[in-house]
Amino acid sequence: MSGDLLPRILNGETRAAARLMRLVDDGAPRAREIMSALFPHTGNAYILGVTGNPGSGKSTLVNQLISRFRRQELTVGCVAVDPTSPFSGGAILGDRVRMQDHATDDGVFIRSVATRGHMGGLSRSTPAMVQVMDAMGFDMVIIETVGVGQDEVEIVQFADTSLVVLIPGLGDDIQADKAGLLEIADIFVLNKADRPGIKRLNREIRAMLNLHRIADGEDEPYRPVICQTSAIADEGVDELIESIDAHRSSLASGDPAVRQRKRHSHLVRAIARTELESLFSLHTTSEKFQDLIDQVTSGTLDPYGAADELTRWLIQ
Amino acid sequence: MDSKTPTTFRILIGKPGLDGHDRGAKVIARALRDAGFEVIYSGLHQTPESLVRTAIQEDVDGIGLSILSGAHNTLMPDIVRLLGEAGADDIFVFGGGIIPTGDIPALKEAGVRAIFTPGTSTTEVIEFVRQACVDKFSAQT
Repeated sequence: MSGDLLPRILNGETRAAARLMRLVDDGAPRAREIMSALFPHTGNAYILGVTGNPGSGKSTLVNQLISRFRRQELTVGCVAVDPTSPFSGGAILGDRVRMQDHATDDGVFIRSVATRGHMGGLSRSTPAMVQVMDAMGFDMVIIETVGVGQDEVEIVQFADTSLVVLIPGLGDDIQADKAGLLEIADIFVLNKADRPGIKRLNREIRAMLNLHRIADGEDEPYRPVICQTSAIADEGVDELIESIDAHRSSLASGDPAVRQRKRHSHLVRAIARTELESLFSLHTTSEKFQDLIDQVTSGTLDPYGAADELTRWLIQ
Repeated sequence: MDSKTPTTFRILIGKPGLDGHDRGAKVIARALRDAGFEVIYSGLHQTPESLVRTAIQEDVDGIGLSILSGAHNTLMPDIVRLLGEAGADDIFVFGGGIIPTGDIPALKEAGVRAIFTPGTSTTEVIEFVRQACVDKFSAQT
């Protein structure tokens, strides 16, 4: 069924698209050819990234966002990432549980994906999966990252608008001043706003944003904003939609070519990195590699020399 | 599927119908995870339609259904039929739960590949699922 996947995908056929996503995830060589041919059909979807701590309510929030976008008669794709077990290579992908309201809606396509060892909050395949949904004609594509901590910020490279979902009670204002996750938000979503500690969290994030304002000056075109929600009670979601629209308008006033270029540079790097990684794993399972390790173990070569040798194979 | 590229098998564990007893479904999901499968869990109270759509969006190899409500004679054949109508009859269906032995032949007749009743070891379920996935994978061009 895979020979003619591309026309079927462009025709909006879910089964063909789902199969290509599987091929991409498995790193099948044929997937690359199809993705190359598919790329010219991308660039029309608006990409919304949703990231935050495990259990902060990302999936529940995404479920509410999908409902809102559907009411605006927008079609929605969603790529939901969950972790792969480092021990078995298996995974339980449970983000859908919160989104099954939309399971029988033709205007919604949800795909669960496992990280398969990739760091950064996404899977290697996530950008390609977004492109497939984009080419199918979905108006919005939501990427929900794996639950992240401080440093997994890859989402910002692929999303037009990035939401960082935070909940009360996880740390003090020094946490808020650290680098990483809190630097990438276009919108801070303070979820579980019915919980104790929400005022303090709001104060800390506001104070952090004020520090940034003092450091960066006043002439930034867009300033991150704070939204308070209780996703499970469907509270604050309309205001969040307004904030997303406002960020989207601020992007529209910028230079689209600059953003395009930035996006493409991330994409090319991600594709090349995947290629290098598969070469790397090929070389580290080879007999030549075992020889190198033998030499290090017997003391005829040091680990740095062995790594040099390995690097030379990679770039040949 | 590319015959040269190995794949990670994907299974949907679904809870169709009205019962809220998901312990069995979670035990199987967990056992499959630990055996290296990617398991999509549907959550409770799904309809045959929502499970079939989910299976297609997720491109799973098989669907495991856990039913303890007594509605298996309706729900399981419905899911097999809907898969066929969607051109996805290569996705295999298996089930478990409180299923009287007398019902099993008719369910198999309807296209359910295996039924696992209480007391089955997870090893037995995993072996069935793995073999069914391997067969499906080698049947693909």
